[in-house]
Amino acid sequence: MSRRREAVGPAWGLALGPKFFLLALIAAGLMITDHRQQHLAAIRDALSVVLFPLQAVVNLPFATWHWAGDATATRQALMDELNQLRDDRLDLQVQLQRLAALEAENARLRAMMGASRQAADRVLVAEILAVDLDPFRHRFTVNKGTRHGVHVGQALLDANGVLGQVVRVQPLTAEAIMISDADHALPVIVNRNGLRTIAMGTGDTEHLSLPFLPNSADIDEGDLLVSSGLGGTFPSGYPVATVRRVERRPGEAFAQISAEPAAGLLRAREVLLVWSSRTGEEEAPAEQTERADPGTLAGAPGSGPSPDGQAP
Amino acid sequence: MTGQRSVMAAALASLVLALALAIVPLPAQAGALRPDWVVLALVFWCLTTPSRFGLGWAFILGLLLDTLTGALLGQHALALMLASYPVLRFRLRLRVFPMLQLTIAVTLLLALYQFTLFWIDGVTSRGMPASAYWWPVVTGALVWPLVFHIGERALRESARPQVGL
Repeated sequence: MSRRREAVGPAWGLALGPKFFLLALIAAGLMITDHRQQHLAAIRDALSVVLFPLQAVVNLPFATWHWAGDATATRQALMDELNQLRDDRLDLQVQLQRLAALEAENARLRAMMGASRQAADRVLVAEILAVDLDPFRHRFTVNKGTRHGVHVGQALLDANGVLGQVVRVQPLTAEAIMISDADHALPVIVNRNGLRTIAMGTGDTEHLSLPFLPNSADIDEGDLLVSSGLGGTFPSGYPVATVRRVERRPGEAFAQISAEPAAGLLRAREVLLVWSSRTGEEEAPAEQTERADPGTLAGAPGSGPSPDGQAP
Repeated sequence: MTGQRSVMAAALASLVLALALAIVPLPAQAGALRPDWVVLALVFWCLTTPSRFGLGWAFILGLLLDTLTGALLGQHALALMLASYPVLRFRLRLRVFPMLQLTIAVTLLLALYQFTLFWIDGVTSRGMPASAYWWPVVTGALVWPLVFHIGERALRESARPQVGL
């Protein structure tokens, strides 16, 4: 035992210095490989499977808290909620009746114009794991992974609108980036007049910025922005944000526009993973290259007027 | 032998706890102040039981931390190794430091750790506001005496059966 005491570190026959050098080289090699290419998915997958129990345990108190809240709810509260849900459902069904007719009409009109039909989107409910990744990057982990068919670039929605997209998948979990992350951008259109632009994250969950609109652009406070589907990543037609502030400065070329995300970015506990099945013209070549490049997080093919280039 | 084994168990438990604390959700503002629990735990074990904990552990823990936080694979591994190397190298000197001096040393190690992360983030252009890196150094230094006392206590408790024999 005394011999062991003297040795520093569990010696593999290596002194401290050379061992440090060797491991540092391995770490540097890993970082370079991870940064340049995406070859390390297997290592990451293996580690994430090992770590999944830890994430589950950390999540447990929060899950238990929610469960306890449900379990101890009074009958009155549950009845109220049930009635509320019934009312909501009735409302939605009424809207749906009109939607069915509109959808049929839309399909007919598109067929007349020779445009491709938009198929329905398939969704899967995933739960956000209560684990923090990084306080300054708007990322989160969900409890669905490759085993459930999740893929990189997949869009995430909540009940109110677009939330973000998947950036990395592991067998049991997936990491997603919110639309408010400073590295994120997504193509949107103004619902009122179809004006195309790009909404960039600002690093603040309350604001998105629309930096590429000229002062003369027809956009006003209160306008709803919906996803345009032009980047190929996000399905089209889902609400993204509401314009809150438009500042037109005569001396500058572009207006300063900020919008408030429709999705509850910090409030969501459950999210919808969307598989958008779309065919035909809507998949322009530019979108495929965008999809093939995992380094780009933006849903947009580029920051600039490029969505215009895709207009048929 | 039982004593040694329970020391190992205590160490492993503390490291798993540190990993859990690294991802426990905190309110947005407090998240930036989260101390680097894994560094503190690893430094403690390198300082007290270097026969068991060395660079290999720093490397493995770093990879686990990379996976947990979604960082570049190897980033935390390198930073943890850089922080634990001086401890292993100068541990005989560090062991006789009074608390204040030891805390200053640990603060420097935390700064080195955070600087490594900052530097790698900068090189790979994933940089964050600088305050994100420096607050954990301050909070880490503040909680270090506590970590050290709890650790010493656990070490003494788990080593006791061996002393009794």
